[in-house]
Amino acid sequence: MIRVVLPAHLRTLARVDGEVNVEVSGEPTLLSVLNALEAQYPVLRGTIRDQVTYERRPFVRFYACEEDYSHEPGATALPAAVVSGKEPFLIVGAMSGG
Amino acid sequence: MSGVRVLVGTRKGAFVLTSDGKREKWDIAGPFFAGWEMYHLKGSPVDPNRIYASQSTGWFGQLIQRSNDGGKTWEPVGNKFEYATVPGTHQWYDGTPHPWKFARVWHLEPSLTDPDTVYAGVEDAALFRTTDGGQTWQELPGLREHSSGPGWHPGAGGLCLHTIILDKKNPNRIVIAISAAGAFRTDDGGKTWQPINRGLRSEQIPNPTAEVGHCVHHISMHSARPNTLYMQKHWDVMRSDNAGDSWQEVSGNLPTDFGFAIDVHAHEPETIYVLPIKSDSEHFVPDGKLRVFRSRSGGNEWEPLSKGLPQHDCYVNVLRDAMSVDSLDSCGIYFGTSGGQVYVSSDAGNNWNAIVHDLPAVLSVEVQTLQ
Repeated sequence: MIRVVLPAHLRTLARVDGEVNVEVSGEPTLLSVLNALEAQYPVLRGTIRDQVTYERRPFVRFYACEEDYSHEPGATALPAAVVSGKEPFLIVGAMSGG
Repeated sequence: MSGVRVLVGTRKGAFVLTSDGKREKWDIAGPFFAGWEMYHLKGSPVDPNRIYASQSTGWFGQLIQRSNDGGKTWEPVGNKFEYATVPGTHQWYDGTPHPWKFARVWHLEPSLTDPDTVYAGVEDAALFRTTDGGQTWQELPGLREHSSGPGWHPGAGGLCLHTIILDKKNPNRIVIAISAAGAFRTDDGGKTWQPINRGLRSEQIPNPTAEVGHCVHHISMHSARPNTLYMQKHWDVMRSDNAGDSWQEVSGNLPTDFGFAIDVHAHEPETIYVLPIKSDSEHFVPDGKLRVFRSRSGGNEWEPLSKGLPQHDCYVNVLRDAMSVDSLDSCGIYFGTSGGQVYVSSDAGNNWNAIVHDLPAVLSVEVQTLQ
Protein backbone atom coordinates (compact mmCIF):
# COMPACT_ATOMS: atom_id res chain seq x y z
CA MET A 1 0.00 0.00 0.00
CA ILE A 2 1.45 3.33 -1.06
CA ARG A 3 0.53 6.45 0.87
CA VAL A 4 -0.08 9.37 -1.50
CA VAL A 5 -0.47 13.01 -0.51
CA LEU A 6 -2.44 15.08 -3.00
CA PRO A 7 -2.50 18.87 -3.33
CA ALA A 8 -5.55 20.60 -1.89
CA HIS A 9 -7.36 21.15 -5.20
CA LEU A 10 -7.06 17.49 -6.12
CA ARG A 11 -8.19 16.35 -2.67
CA THR A 12 -11.32 18.46 -3.18
CA LEU A 13 -11.82 17.01 -6.62
CA ALA A 14 -11.36 13.43 -5.42
CA ARG A 15 -13.49 14.16 -2.35
CA VAL A 16 -10.89 12.87 0.09
CA ASP A 17 -9.34 14.26 3.24
CA GLY A 18 -5.69 13.78 4.03
CA GLU A 19 -3.65 11.01 2.45
CA VAL A 20 -4.99 8.34 0.15
CA ASN A 21 -3.74 4.76 -0.03
CA VAL A 22 -3.30 3.01 -3.34
CA GLU A 23 -2.62 -0.65 -3.98
CA VAL A 24 0.09 -1.32 -6.54
CA SER A 25 0.81 -4.75 -7.95
CA GLY A 26 4.47 -5.58 -8.49
CA GLU A 27 7.31 -3.23 -7.77
CA PRO A 28 5.95 0.27 -7.15
CA THR A 29 7.25 2.75 -9.69
CA LEU A 30 6.33 6.30 -10.51
CA LEU A 31 4.19 5.06 -13.38
CA SER A 32 2.45 2.24 -11.52
CA VAL A 33 1.54 4.52 -8.63
CA LEU A 34 0.05 7.12 -10.98
CA ASN A 35 -1.83 4.41 -12.87
CA ALA A 36 -3.21 2.98 -9.63
CA LEU A 37 -4.14 6.42 -8.34
CA GLU A 38 -6.07 7.29 -11.51
CA ALA A 39 -7.77 3.90 -11.52
CA GLN A 40 -8.94 4.44 -7.96
CA TYR A 41 -9.92 8.07 -8.54
CA PRO A 42 -10.87 8.44 -12.24
CA VAL A 43 -11.68 12.12 -11.68
CA LEU A 44 -7.95 12.75 -11.37
CA ARG A 45 -7.30 11.66 -14.94
CA GLY A 46 -5.82 14.56 -16.83
CA THR A 47 -5.04 16.61 -13.73
CA ILE A 48 -1.60 15.25 -12.86
CA ARG A 49 -0.49 14.27 -16.36
CA ASP A 50 -1.87 14.87 -19.81
CA GLN A 51 -4.40 12.22 -20.81
CA VAL A 52 -3.11 11.96 -24.35
CA THR A 53 0.66 12.35 -24.03
CA TYR A 54 0.93 11.20 -20.38
CA GLU A 55 3.40 14.03 -19.80
CA ARG A 56 3.50 15.36 -16.26
CA ARG A 57 1.83 18.72 -16.05
CA PRO A 58 4.53 21.40 -15.88
CA PHE A 59 3.41 22.75 -12.50
CA VAL A 60 3.04 19.36 -10.81
CA ARG A 61 5.95 17.88 -8.86
CA PHE A 62 6.61 14.41 -7.41
CA TYR A 63 8.57 14.22 -4.14
CA ALA A 64 9.52 11.29 -1.94
CA CYS A 65 11.89 11.09 1.02
CA GLU A 66 13.02 14.67 0.40
CA GLU A 67 14.05 13.86 -3.16
CA ASP A 68 12.57 15.32 -6.35
CA TYR A 69 11.31 12.56 -8.67
CA SER A 70 9.55 14.94 -11.05
CA HIS A 71 12.00 14.47 -13.89
CA GLU A 72 12.62 10.76 -13.43
CA PRO A 73 11.32 8.24 -15.98
CA GLY A 74 8.11 6.40 -15.21
CA ALA A 75 9.89 3.12 -14.57
CA THR A 76 11.82 4.61 -11.66
CA ALA A 77 11.35 2.53 -8.52
CA LEU A 78 10.10 4.36 -5.47
CA PRO A 79 12.31 4.41 -2.37
CA ALA A 80 11.97 1.62 0.17
CA ALA A 81 10.52 3.93 2.79
CA VAL A 82 7.62 4.78 0.45
CA VAL A 83 7.12 1.16 -0.54
CA SER A 84 7.00 0.12 3.12
CA GLY A 85 4.51 2.86 3.94
CA LYS A 86 6.88 4.66 6.29
CA GLU A 87 6.95 7.73 4.07
CA PRO A 88 4.29 9.13 1.69
CA PHE A 89 4.64 9.85 -2.00
CA LEU A 90 3.96 13.55 -2.44
CA ILE A 91 2.19 15.06 -5.45
CA VAL A 92 2.67 18.78 -5.17
CA GLY A 93 1.37 21.82 -7.00
CA ALA A 94 4.54 23.72 -7.76
CA MET A 95 5.10 27.16 -6.33
CA SER A 96 4.31 29.44 -9.21
CA GLY A 97 2.76 32.80 -9.81
CA GLY A 98 4.92 35.07 -7.70
CA MET B 1 -43.22 33.35 -11.56
CA SER B 2 -40.49 34.12 -14.02
CA GLY B 3 -36.94 34.79 -12.96
CA VAL B 4 -33.35 34.77 -14.03
CA ARG B 5 -30.25 32.79 -13.19
CA VAL B 6 -26.91 34.42 -13.97
CA LEU B 7 -23.93 32.09 -14.36
CA VAL B 8 -20.70 33.91 -13.63
CA GLY B 9 -17.27 32.46 -14.37
CA THR B 10 -14.32 34.14 -12.66
CA ARG B 11 -10.58 33.71 -12.28
CA LYS B 12 -11.12 31.99 -8.94
CA GLY B 13 -14.41 30.13 -9.11
CA ALA B 14 -18.00 30.22 -10.33
CA PHE B 15 -21.00 32.02 -8.90
CA VAL B 16 -24.72 31.62 -9.51
CA LEU B 17 -26.86 34.74 -9.07
CA THR B 18 -30.63 34.37 -9.01
CA SER B 19 -33.51 36.80 -8.89
CA ASP B 20 -37.18 37.04 -9.72
CA GLY B 21 -38.43 38.87 -12.76
CA LYS B 22 -38.00 42.26 -11.13
CA ARG B 23 -34.25 41.70 -10.96
CA GLU B 24 -33.91 43.89 -7.88
CA LYS B 25 -33.05 41.43 -5.11
CA TRP B 26 -30.45 38.77 -5.69
CA ASP B 27 -29.28 35.56 -4.09
CA ILE B 28 -25.58 34.85 -4.54
CA ALA B 29 -24.36 31.24 -4.46
CA GLY B 30 -20.70 30.29 -4.63
CA PRO B 31 -17.87 30.16 -5.04
CA PHE B 32 -18.14 26.83 -6.79
CA PHE B 33 -14.79 25.27 -7.73
CA ALA B 34 -13.00 27.83 -5.58
CA GLY B 35 -9.53 28.67 -6.81
CA TRP B 36 -10.08 27.38 -10.36
CA GLU B 37 -10.41 29.48 -13.49
CA MET B 38 -13.97 29.19 -14.77
CA TYR B 39 -13.77 30.32 -18.36
CA HIS B 40 -17.41 29.66 -19.19
CA LEU B 41 -20.66 28.23 -17.87
CA LYS B 42 -23.80 27.82 -19.94
CA GLY B 43 -27.17 26.13 -19.53
CA SER B 44 -29.09 24.02 -21.98
CA PRO B 45 -31.87 25.96 -23.73
CA VAL B 46 -34.09 22.88 -23.61
CA ASP B 47 -33.35 21.91 -19.99
CA PRO B 48 -32.33 24.96 -17.95
CA ASN B 49 -31.36 22.81 -14.98
CA ARG B 50 -28.66 21.21 -17.10
CA ILE B 51 -25.60 23.45 -16.93
CA TYR B 52 -22.09 22.82 -18.19
CA ALA B 53 -18.98 24.52 -16.86
CA SER B 54 -15.38 24.74 -18.02
CA GLN B 55 -12.97 24.48 -15.08
CA SER B 56 -9.20 24.74 -15.46
CA THR B 57 -5.95 25.85 -13.95
CA GLY B 58 -2.42 26.06 -15.23
CA TRP B 59 -1.51 23.49 -12.57
CA PHE B 60 -4.06 20.74 -13.05
CA GLY B 61 -5.42 21.17 -16.55
CA GLN B 62 -8.98 21.01 -17.81
CA LEU B 63 -12.12 19.63 -16.20
CA ILE B 64 -15.74 19.81 -17.30
CA GLN B 65 -18.45 20.01 -14.66
CA ARG B 66 -22.13 19.32 -15.17
CA SER B 67 -25.11 20.24 -13.04
CA ASN B 68 -28.54 18.66 -13.34
CA ASP B 69 -30.22 20.86 -10.75
CA GLY B 70 -29.63 24.40 -11.91
CA GLY B 71 -26.19 24.79 -10.41
CA LYS B 72 -26.87 23.61 -6.87
CA THR B 73 -24.72 20.50 -7.22
CA TRP B 74 -22.11 19.51 -9.77
CA GLU B 75 -20.36 16.41 -11.01
CA PRO B 76 -17.21 16.16 -13.10
CA VAL B 77 -17.72 14.57 -16.51
CA GLY B 78 -15.31 13.76 -19.31
CA ASN B 79 -12.23 15.90 -19.74
CA LYS B 80 -10.33 14.11 -22.48
CA PHE B 81 -9.97 16.41 -25.48
CA GLU B 82 -7.91 14.52 -28.03
CA TYR B 83 -7.56 15.85 -31.55
CA ALA B 84 -9.18 13.41 -33.97
CA THR B 85 -6.22 13.31 -36.33
CA VAL B 86 -2.52 13.91 -35.88
CA PRO B 87 -2.34 17.64 -35.24
CA GLY B 88 -0.02 19.64 -37.39
CA THR B 89 1.42 23.05 -36.70
CA HIS B 90 0.15 26.59 -36.59
CA GLN B 91 2.14 29.80 -36.45
CA TRP B 92 3.76 30.78 -33.18
CA TYR B 93 4.19 34.37 -32.02
CA ASP B 94 7.62 34.54 -33.64
CA GLY B 95 6.31 33.21 -36.95
CA THR B 96 7.75 29.73 -36.56
CA PRO B 97 5.63 26.56 -36.87
CA HIS B 98 4.28 25.42 -33.50
CA PRO B 99 2.67 22.05 -32.76
CA TRP B 100 -1.05 22.11 -32.11
CA LYS B 101 -1.63 21.30 -28.41
CA PHE B 102 -4.78 21.28 -26.31
CA ALA B 103 -4.69 23.84 -23.49
CA ARG B 104 -8.22 24.59 -22.27
CA VAL B 105 -11.90 24.98 -23.12
CA TRP B 106 -12.85 28.60 -23.69
CA HIS B 107 -16.52 28.27 -24.56
CA LEU B 108 -19.31 25.72 -24.14
CA GLU B 109 -22.35 25.96 -26.38
CA PRO B 110 -25.20 23.58 -25.53
CA SER B 111 -27.34 22.31 -28.38
CA LEU B 112 -30.61 24.11 -29.07
CA THR B 113 -32.48 20.80 -29.14
CA ASP B 114 -30.69 18.19 -27.01
CA PRO B 115 -29.45 18.69 -23.44
CA ASP B 116 -26.83 15.97 -23.88
CA THR B 117 -25.21 17.62 -26.90
CA VAL B 118 -22.73 20.42 -26.33
CA TYR B 119 -20.08 22.06 -28.48
CA ALA B 120 -16.75 23.11 -26.96
CA GLY B 121 -14.39 25.68 -28.40
CA VAL B 122 -10.85 25.01 -27.29
CA GLU B 123 -7.29 26.30 -27.36
CA ASP B 124 -5.34 25.39 -29.50
CA ALA B 125 -8.20 26.14 -31.82
CA ALA B 126 -10.57 23.28 -32.50
CA LEU B 127 -14.24 22.44 -32.15
CA PHE B 128 -15.32 19.46 -30.06
CA ARG B 129 -18.76 17.99 -29.42
CA THR B 130 -20.29 15.67 -26.87
CA THR B 131 -23.54 13.81 -27.46
CA ASP B 132 -23.59 11.98 -24.12
CA GLY B 133 -23.87 14.82 -21.66
CA GLY B 134 -20.16 15.52 -21.50
CA GLN B 135 -18.89 12.02 -20.75
CA THR B 136 -16.93 11.87 -24.01
CA TRP B 137 -15.84 14.55 -26.46
CA GLN B 138 -15.10 14.15 -30.15
CA GLU B 139 -13.41 16.70 -32.36
CA LEU B 140 -15.00 17.92 -35.60
CA PRO B 141 -11.64 17.95 -37.33
CA GLY B 142 -12.68 19.64 -40.56
CA LEU B 143 -12.16 23.04 -39.00
CA ARG B 144 -8.65 22.48 -37.64
CA GLU B 145 -7.73 20.75 -40.89
CA HIS B 146 -8.80 23.72 -42.99
CA SER B 147 -6.12 24.48 -45.54
CA SER B 148 -5.40 27.80 -43.86
CA GLY B 149 -4.72 26.16 -40.47
CA PRO B 150 -0.92 26.08 -40.68
CA GLY B 151 -1.05 29.87 -41.07
CA TRP B 152 -3.23 30.59 -38.04
CA HIS B 153 -1.48 32.48 -35.27
CA PRO B 154 -2.49 33.01 -31.64
CA GLY B 155 -3.87 36.20 -30.17
CA ALA B 156 -2.45 37.45 -26.90
CA GLY B 157 -4.60 34.96 -25.01
CA GLY B 158 -3.67 31.99 -27.17
CA LEU B 159 -5.02 30.38 -30.34
CA CYS B 160 -8.51 30.06 -28.93
CA LEU B 161 -11.86 29.15 -30.44
CA HIS B 162 -14.05 31.38 -28.28
CA THR B 163 -17.33 31.89 -30.14
CA ILE B 164 -19.83 29.26 -31.29
CA ILE B 165 -23.16 30.29 -32.80
CA LEU B 166 -25.82 27.71 -33.58
CA ASP B 167 -28.66 28.41 -35.98
CA LYS B 168 -32.12 27.29 -34.84
CA LYS B 169 -33.47 27.44 -38.38
CA ASN B 170 -30.58 25.57 -39.95
CA PRO B 171 -29.03 22.86 -37.75
CA ASN B 172 -26.25 22.28 -40.26
CA ARG B 173 -24.98 25.83 -39.95
CA ILE B 174 -22.47 26.83 -37.25
CA VAL B 175 -20.46 30.05 -37.07
CA ILE B 176 -17.30 30.12 -34.98
CA ALA B 177 -14.53 32.60 -34.33
CA ILE B 178 -10.87 32.12 -33.50
CA SER B 179 -8.32 34.59 -32.22
CA ALA B 180 -6.48 35.37 -34.34
CA ALA B 181 -7.57 33.42 -37.38
CA GLY B 182 -11.00 34.98 -37.87
CA ALA B 183 -14.53 33.74 -38.41
CA PHE B 184 -15.52 30.49 -40.12
CA ARG B 185 -18.83 28.91 -41.08
CA THR B 186 -19.98 25.41 -41.81
CA ASP B 187 -23.17 24.63 -43.70
CA ASP B 188 -22.84 20.86 -43.50
CA GLY B 189 -22.84 20.21 -39.76
CA GLY B 190 -19.14 20.74 -39.27
CA LYS B 191 -17.62 18.61 -42.01
CA THR B 192 -16.30 21.50 -44.07
CA TRP B 193 -15.69 25.13 -43.21
CA GLN B 194 -15.15 28.35 -45.06
CA PRO B 195 -13.55 31.55 -43.78
CA ILE B 196 -16.09 34.37 -43.59
CA ASN B 197 -13.87 37.42 -43.23
CA ARG B 198 -14.50 39.39 -46.41
CA GLY B 199 -14.79 43.06 -45.54
CA LEU B 200 -12.68 42.86 -42.41
CA ARG B 201 -9.66 45.14 -42.37
CA SER B 202 -6.88 44.67 -39.81
CA GLU B 203 -3.88 46.97 -40.05
CA GLN B 204 -1.96 44.75 -37.62
CA ILE B 205 -1.45 41.96 -40.17
CA PRO B 206 0.71 42.06 -43.29
CA ASN B 207 -2.25 41.95 -45.66
CA PRO B 208 -5.01 43.96 -43.93
CA THR B 209 -7.74 42.29 -45.97
CA ALA B 210 -6.40 38.75 -45.85
CA GLU B 211 -8.84 35.85 -45.99
CA VAL B 212 -7.70 34.67 -42.53
CA GLY B 213 -5.62 36.15 -39.73
CA HIS B 214 -8.07 38.65 -38.24
CA CYS B 215 -8.43 38.92 -34.49
CA VAL B 216 -12.18 38.52 -34.14
CA HIS B 217 -13.11 39.07 -30.51
CA HIS B 218 -16.75 38.05 -30.49
CA ILE B 219 -19.82 37.57 -32.69
CA SER B 220 -23.49 37.75 -31.74
CA MET B 221 -26.67 36.85 -33.54
CA HIS B 222 -30.39 37.25 -32.88
CA SER B 223 -32.07 33.88 -33.30
CA ALA B 224 -34.89 35.37 -35.40
CA ARG B 225 -32.37 36.82 -37.90
CA PRO B 226 -29.67 34.20 -38.33
CA ASN B 227 -28.24 35.85 -41.41
CA THR B 228 -27.44 39.02 -39.47
CA LEU B 229 -24.24 38.79 -37.47
CA TYR B 230 -22.64 41.45 -35.33
CA MET B 231 -18.91 41.33 -34.65
CA GLN B 232 -16.58 43.04 -32.24
CA LYS B 233 -13.21 42.74 -33.89
CA HIS B 234 -9.93 43.66 -32.18
CA TRP B 235 -10.60 47.10 -33.59
CA ASP B 236 -13.89 47.78 -35.44
CA VAL B 237 -17.49 46.81 -34.87
CA MET B 238 -18.80 45.00 -37.94
CA ARG B 239 -22.09 43.76 -39.33
CA SER B 240 -23.02 41.10 -41.87
CA ASP B 241 -26.44 40.52 -43.38
CA ASN B 242 -25.50 37.43 -45.34
CA ALA B 243 -24.31 35.06 -42.59
CA GLY B 244 -20.77 36.35 -42.81
CA ASP B 245 -20.24 36.26 -46.56
CA SER B 246 -19.36 39.94 -46.33
CA TRP B 247 -19.03 42.51 -43.55
CA GLN B 248 -19.47 46.26 -43.23
CA GLU B 249 -18.07 48.43 -40.48
CA VAL B 250 -20.71 49.96 -38.18
CA SER B 251 -18.44 51.55 -35.56
CA GLY B 252 -19.98 54.94 -36.34
CA ASN B 253 -19.69 57.42 -33.48
CA LEU B 254 -18.25 55.06 -30.84
CA PRO B 255 -15.55 56.73 -28.72
CA THR B 256 -13.27 53.79 -29.55
CA ASP B 257 -14.09 50.75 -31.60
CA PHE B 258 -11.77 48.42 -29.70
CA GLY B 259 -13.53 46.02 -27.35
CA PHE B 260 -14.46 42.46 -26.61
CA ALA B 261 -18.16 42.10 -25.80
CA ILE B 262 -21.09 42.51 -28.18
CA ASP B 263 -24.68 41.34 -27.77
CA VAL B 264 -28.15 41.75 -29.22
CA HIS B 265 -31.40 42.75 -27.50
CA ALA B 266 -33.63 39.72 -26.95
CA HIS B 267 -36.65 41.21 -28.73
CA GLU B 268 -35.19 43.85 -31.05
CA PRO B 269 -32.78 42.34 -33.60
CA GLU B 270 -31.51 45.78 -34.61
CA THR B 271 -30.68 46.86 -31.05
CA ILE B 272 -27.12 45.95 -30.14
CA TYR B 273 -24.75 46.61 -27.28
CA VAL B 274 -20.97 46.99 -27.07
CA LEU B 275 -18.63 48.05 -24.32
CA PRO B 276 -15.79 50.09 -25.83
CA ILE B 277 -12.32 49.59 -24.38
CA LYS B 278 -9.66 52.27 -24.80
CA SER B 279 -7.14 50.37 -26.90
CA ASP B 280 -5.31 47.11 -27.42
CA SER B 281 -2.52 48.29 -25.14
CA GLU B 282 -4.84 49.84 -22.53
CA HIS B 283 -7.42 47.24 -21.67
CA PHE B 284 -9.74 49.49 -19.68
CA VAL B 285 -12.70 51.72 -20.43
CA PRO B 286 -11.91 55.18 -21.84
CA ASP B 287 -11.86 58.33 -19.70
CA GLY B 288 -12.35 56.40 -16.46
CA LYS B 289 -16.05 55.99 -17.35
CA LEU B 290 -17.85 52.68 -17.52
CA ARG B 291 -20.32 53.02 -20.36
CA VAL B 292 -22.28 50.56 -22.45
CA PHE B 293 -23.09 51.82 -25.92
CA ARG B 294 -26.38 50.91 -27.56
CA SER B 295 -27.39 51.18 -31.17
CA ARG B 296 -31.05 50.88 -32.07
CA SER B 297 -30.25 50.94 -35.76
CA GLY B 298 -28.03 47.89 -36.03
CA GLY B 299 -24.87 49.97 -35.73
CA ASN B 300 -23.34 53.27 -36.83
CA GLU B 301 -25.45 55.42 -34.46
CA TRP B 302 -24.58 54.75 -30.85
CA GLU B 303 -25.73 56.22 -27.54
CA PRO B 304 -23.86 55.92 -24.25
CA LEU B 305 -25.64 54.22 -21.35
CA SER B 306 -24.16 55.22 -18.03
CA LYS B 307 -26.91 55.74 -15.48
CA GLY B 308 -25.89 53.79 -12.40
CA LEU B 309 -22.41 52.95 -13.70
CA PRO B 310 -19.21 54.56 -12.31
CA GLN B 311 -18.31 57.68 -14.27
CA HIS B 312 -14.94 58.53 -12.83
CA ASP B 313 -11.78 56.65 -11.83
CA CYS B 314 -13.01 53.41 -13.37
CA TYR B 315 -10.42 51.32 -15.20
CA VAL B 316 -11.92 47.88 -15.69
CA ASN B 317 -12.14 45.63 -18.70
CA VAL B 318 -15.08 43.52 -19.90
CA LEU B 319 -14.17 40.31 -21.70
CA ARG B 320 -15.79 38.74 -24.76
CA ASP B 321 -18.07 36.26 -22.97
CA ALA B 322 -18.86 38.59 -20.08
CA MET B 323 -22.02 40.19 -21.51
CA SER B 324 -25.40 38.55 -21.84
CA VAL B 325 -29.10 39.34 -22.16
CA ASP B 326 -32.23 37.78 -20.70
CA SER B 327 -35.50 37.37 -22.59
CA LEU B 328 -37.98 38.76 -20.08
CA ASP B 329 -40.51 41.22 -21.50
CA SER B 330 -38.30 44.10 -20.45
CA CYS B 331 -35.00 42.81 -21.76
CA GLY B 332 -32.25 42.61 -19.14
CA ILE B 333 -28.61 43.30 -20.01
CA TYR B 334 -25.77 41.96 -17.87
CA PHE B 335 -22.02 42.28 -17.85
CA GLY B 336 -19.12 41.47 -15.55
CA THR B 337 -15.81 43.27 -15.18
CA SER B 338 -12.19 42.55 -14.49
CA GLY B 339 -12.79 44.31 -11.17
CA GLY B 340 -15.29 41.70 -10.06
CA GLN B 341 -18.51 43.68 -10.50
CA VAL B 342 -21.55 42.22 -12.21
CA TYR B 343 -24.03 44.82 -13.42
CA VAL B 344 -27.63 44.43 -14.52
CA SER B 345 -30.02 46.68 -16.37
CA SER B 346 -33.60 45.46 -16.27
CA ASP B 347 -34.75 48.08 -18.79
CA ALA B 348 -32.61 47.37 -21.83
CA GLY B 349 -29.70 49.49 -20.68
CA ASN B 350 -31.32 52.70 -19.49
CA ASN B 351 -30.55 52.14 -15.79
CA TRP B 352 -27.90 49.97 -14.19
CA ASN B 353 -27.26 48.42 -10.79
CA ALA B 354 -24.45 46.30 -9.44
CA ILE B 355 -25.58 42.82 -8.40
CA VAL B 356 -22.20 42.17 -6.75
CA HIS B 357 -19.15 44.39 -6.36
CA ASP B 358 -16.27 42.26 -5.26
CA LEU B 359 -16.04 38.93 -7.04
CA PRO B 360 -12.75 37.77 -8.55
CA ALA B 361 -12.11 39.06 -12.06
CA VAL B 362 -15.06 38.05 -14.22
CA LEU B 363 -14.38 35.90 -17.28
CA SER B 364 -17.92 35.12 -18.41
CA VAL B 365 -21.55 35.97 -17.76
CA GLU B 366 -24.44 33.93 -19.12
CA VAL B 367 -28.10 34.48 -18.25
CA GLN B 368 -30.87 31.93 -18.14
CA THR B 369 -34.44 33.17 -18.28
CA LEU B 370 -36.57 30.91 -16.10
CA GLN B 371 -40.32 30.58 -16.55
